[in-house]
Amino acid sequence: MSETLILTKRWAKRDPSLAGYRADGGYRALEKALSMNPADIVEEVKKSNLRGRGGAGFSTGLKWTFLPKDVRPRYLCVNADESEPGTFKDRYIIEHDPHMLLEGIAITCLALDMHLGYIYIRGEFKKQAESLEKAIAEAKEAGILGPRLFGKVDFPLEVHVHRGAGAYICGEESALMESLEGKKGYPRFKPPFPAVIGLWGKPTIINNVETLANVPWIVENGGAAFAALGVGKSGGTRLFGVSGHVKRPGVYEKPVDYNLKKLILEDCGGTPSGRPIKAVIPGGSSSPVLRGDEIDVSLEFDAIKAVGSMSGSGGVIVMDDSVCVVRVLARIAKFYAEESCGQCTPCREGTPWMEGILERIEHGDATAADVDRLEQVANSIMGNTICALGDAAAMPVQSFIKRFKPDFLAHVQARKCPVGATGWGVQQETHEAFVGGIRY
Amino acid sequence: MSDHDRKSPSAAADLPRDGVARFDAELAHILKRYPEDRKAAAMLPALHLGQEIFGYVSTAVQQLAADRLGTSPARAEEVATFYVMYNTEPVGRHIVEVCTNVSCCLTGGERIFEHLKKKLGVKNKGTTTDGRITLREVECLGACGTAPAMLVDEEQHERLTVEKADQIIGGLK
Repeated sequence: MSETLILTKRWAKRDPSLAGYRADGGYRALEKALSMNPADIVEEVKKSNLRGRGGAGFSTGLKWTFLPKDVRPRYLCVNADESEPGTFKDRYIIEHDPHMLLEGIAITCLALDMHLGYIYIRGEFKKQAESLEKAIAEAKEAGILGPRLFGKVDFPLEVHVHRGAGAYICGEESALMESLEGKKGYPRFKPPFPAVIGLWGKPTIINNVETLANVPWIVENGGAAFAALGVGKSGGTRLFGVSGHVKRPGVYEKPVDYNLKKLILEDCGGTPSGRPIKAVIPGGSSSPVLRGDEIDVSLEFDAIKAVGSMSGSGGVIVMDDSVCVVRVLARIAKFYAEESCGQCTPCREGTPWMEGILERIEHGDATAADVDRLEQVANSIMGNTICALGDAAAMPVQSFIKRFKPDFLAHVQARKCPVGATGWGVQQETHEAFVGGIRY
Repeated sequence: MSDHDRKSPSAAADLPRDGVARFDAELAHILKRYPEDRKAAAMLPALHLGQEIFGYVSTAVQQLAADRLGTSPARAEEVATFYVMYNTEPVGRHIVEVCTNVSCCLTGGERIFEHLKKKLGVKNKGTTTDGRITLREVECLGACGTAPAMLVDEEQHERLTVEKADQIIGGLK
């Protein structure tokens, strides 16, 4: 299997500066792109089988082709709202190699004839927002961004940072645009899709940070080479963030079809307690949970879908068998109840209801009928809301019940949590983390 | 009521004048990021700025932002109350926000939050009687690999232990 590193190769140098990036060949891809026909750049990205790294895994090149031909201006929005529990990868691209992202943005704007881009970053990433602003200032100073792209062509490009203010929903692309327009983050109906009617009513492409950071490599090495790093319809490498009960948590760059069990046991060293793995959430808190005996599976988008889960945002959460799965699910349900924007009734009303039932089950104050009711509420939310937050709240509930029903019923029978204490099991003290080769 | 007594429609009159001057000067820079006819887009950064200058996003701050961005106070209030990072009520001199989401709790986040509540003698969202610290439980901070995590005055602290959290809190004046 290929050991090619695309995204993390410079991180260990701890040099996010423009000078450092250029010394390692940075912005060569932009220079190459300037000599290419914009349509050919799009073609290379299509050929690369790059799929969105924010969670949905949609083909990036295909998304780009949804732009209507004749409408201008068009805008680029970069989604740096990274807020799904268990997800912590984009921040390190921004911290350790922000120019890779800026180069990806510049090439994308060149290919799609866009002259204004916004990086929407979550409000809690204040330090990272400042790193980006610094990198943008460096690029402008060097004449890479600004009135003439790369100082060469008459192609003005402005890139700005827009900081959110604490709302998970703004990672949803249409809520992101509402927030960027200065409003509360209420998702919009789709269709029309943002590529047709987006920011300020104009055609808009919204791509995740990691997605765009791959674009320079694709332009430099060709779409076919990127596709060859992956398998089937998924090209390249991915950043997997592993957290929870592992000896070496952190961010690992691996081929898109890397094995989940290998990632947890070999790369991350297994559980610190030496206890068996009880459960794994493989792609951020919304992805359906897997039992410890189900993790010998490829993380590739379609492969993991075939076993009933998702690799979503690449955020892997590992739990050993000291943990109460009802406690974990109750916490996840609380998150979605907190973050529901309130626009659609099934989600606004259903998410706190699920949280409430789960707390009652956890505290031994529920009956077997409540477990069924919980599932019914989840089923009633699923597919019945404007945006995917409703589904994101329902899928953990459905999957935890499906895979761990005996645990739920044991609470009901014992009229208390069989695990006892807080339910969080062995709350291990923190371990050294490894982020793209850097020790934290 | 004479014209003189009537509340200024800009609400700037209710806020310290030097603060308003600073707000206007910094907002002018922020507005350069958005198309000229899309000033209202700057509502989020304007409220961040207002919070930084005036301590919290009071009704007067909301009205100031709305006035300068040419939009309604209702729009400003809707934004100020939707996003959790805006404080619409006065808060302590320091804000400590502890993540208790799954990855943090698997590594002791809840223990740290419970410890700080007891130590500071406050409940979630409470402020110490001396006005020093407001403590809050927050959702995932995107630091799961280096959990448990908290924000202190918007600065990230990771790989926490109870002892490390104590030290950090102890250093807040």
